[in-house]
Amino acid sequence: MDISRRKFLKVGGASILALGALPLRNVLAGTPGSYKPDSKAKKAKNWAMVIDVNKLEDDLEACIAACHKIHNVPDIGNPKEEIKWAWIDTYEHLFLDNKHDYLDEEMKNKKFLALCNHCENAACVRVCPTKATFKNAEGIVMMDFHRCIGCRYCIAACPYGARSFNFRDPRPYIEEINPEFPTRMKGVVEKCNFCAERLAVGLQPACVEASKNGGIIFGDLDDPNSEVRKALAAHHTIQRKTNLGTQPKVFYIV
Amino acid sequence: MLEKALIKERNNSFYGWLFFLLVLIGIGMGAYIYQLIEGLTVTGMSRDISWGLYIGQFTFFVGVAASAVMLVLPYYLHNVKEFGRITVVGEFLAIGSVIMCMLFILVDMGMPMRVLNMILHPTPTSPMFWDMVVLSGYLLLNLFIGWNVLEAESKGVHPPKWVKVLIYISIPWAVSIHTVTAFLYSGLPGRHYWLTALIAPKFLASAFATGPALLIIICFLLKKFAGFDAGKEAIRKLSLIVTYSMCITIFMVAVEFFTAFYSQVPGHMATLQYLFAGLHGHSGFVPFMWVFAILSVVALVLLIPKKTREKESTLLIGCISVFISMWIEKGLSFVIGGLVENPLGRITEYTPGLAEILIIVGIWAIGAFIVSVLYKIVVSVKRETDVYSANTIQISTRNEGL
Repeated sequence: MDISRRKFLKVGGASILALGALPLRNVLAGTPGSYKPDSKAKKAKNWAMVIDVNKLEDDLEACIAACHKIHNVPDIGNPKEEIKWAWIDTYEHLFLDNKHDYLDEEMKNKKFLALCNHCENAACVRVCPTKATFKNAEGIVMMDFHRCIGCRYCIAACPYGARSFNFRDPRPYIEEINPEFPTRMKGVVEKCNFCAERLAVGLQPACVEASKNGGIIFGDLDDPNSEVRKALAAHHTIQRKTNLGTQPKVFYIV
Repeated sequence: MLEKALIKERNNSFYGWLFFLLVLIGIGMGAYIYQLIEGLTVTGMSRDISWGLYIGQFTFFVGVAASAVMLVLPYYLHNVKEFGRITVVGEFLAIGSVIMCMLFILVDMGMPMRVLNMILHPTPTSPMFWDMVVLSGYLLLNLFIGWNVLEAESKGVHPPKWVKVLIYISIPWAVSIHTVTAFLYSGLPGRHYWLTALIAPKFLASAFATGPALLIIICFLLKKFAGFDAGKEAIRKLSLIVTYSMCITIFMVAVEFFTAFYSQVPGHMATLQYLFAGLHGHSGFVPFMWVFAILSVVALVLLIPKKTREKESTLLIGCISVFISMWIEKGLSFVIGGLVENPLGRITEYTPGLAEILIIVGIWAIGAFIVSVLYKIVVSVKRETDVYSANTIQISTRNEGL
């Protein structure tokens, strides 16, 4: 055969390069994933919530039950290890800085819905060492349960007590598992996610759906014509601990 | 060096000590396996007291680690020759302490098998990320420096030049580890007890009291059990450092009281009230804080007058008082106190679990084990060089006689 050493090396080298480049091309110029957002998905630039405390009063328990059922929130039965995405609390605990000794009885005993405020300037997102807690493109503060290392720095950072830690395996404490949403394992932090998984398929958040009297208004804070903006314009609203600069996105009409 | 110290120079009581530590380590490991299986429910931590003794111990030992700089800085920058004999003792104490710190973080994690996520997804906005960076760096620095300096000494040569560069880097680095650790706490909105710029300087001052106090105790033990004498002058200088640092620390603790109680801002007063007097019927920490207060006074009374500071027995009592009182202040009350009033204004108490305590004892034993082995090497190298220099002096005097 009439092939010089030089030619052999040339052809061989080129072939090896081509073979090596093939998988590389697949990686770099590969077809994009087949994932497409649901066409029914609810979209917003900045999700926010307005809670009309008087209208919500009768639906409070139903809201929390709906949330906890859909999200597989366990009932541990021990306040020290309690997991809660939403809960009922009173004025003097939620609005510490505004309480005083002569608060009227009605306001003193009124029940408020408490949940994650999905802060614009969230301390939990800032401190998380793995970005397991992050803010998504629609302004929702999310948790990646599969990345969380369980350092609980976010719990120390949250000024609203909105975060819970799985001190033990939560699965035995879930009454009925909803296969649509992941259960958690011991050792990770969790909290309200504004039902991002429901918004993605065009559903309202579970608590909004369960508030039959329209006690919870949910919408886009950046859209001046949204329901939340209309409610904010029409009513006097208060927020929890605004002096900390976290810019919470849950408002209360009292 | 290692084989010589550990194998050639057999010492049964030393091996007995190591064996005792190994037993404690084994018990701690067992408790940790139990915690891995059951989850952090085996600890006394809760939804509100989400950090407990583990993070407290971590914070305390970052201080002990940083305090090595109190020997390195005077020796290398100010040529304080008396410290030449014991700088390596300080550096090896730092190695043991940093390893303990890392272990305390690891056992505190709910998902320790995911710890590498901190490197896979580095997040510069998180002080915890930076704490990992500075602590690992500090461990490497002290390993390289301590080992090379000691090896050079055992061979009777000067350490290589690049070690000197590392030594200079290690000085600000030591300050950085405790500053970043303070930043873990002092930048969190809504945690009034922690939200003060004073945390970092207070941490450093208390570290520079605690670490050198521990070094004095260690030097005493090394003299008693290993025949290693640090030298009277070195101890005298160290005790001065302890005294000044302790005064500054107590001053910083005291000024917090003024800010809280003169301003009368409830959030600022809550933790101090809880710790020292009890709040809303909860008073679990009051006895500990009284021990802290009494031991601080004892320490200052024994350390400030020259007479008691220079007498071995009273100096030792003073140093032990410093160590225990600072352990209570930083290792116990600082972390838990900051969380005791939850964001909704409710008080939760904290009692550590048995497994939690055994794990902590295990990590202390690991630290003691590492430091003991390293000190055995130091002692054997120093003994050899002492004999060598004694011989050369003898030879030279003989030569002069001729």
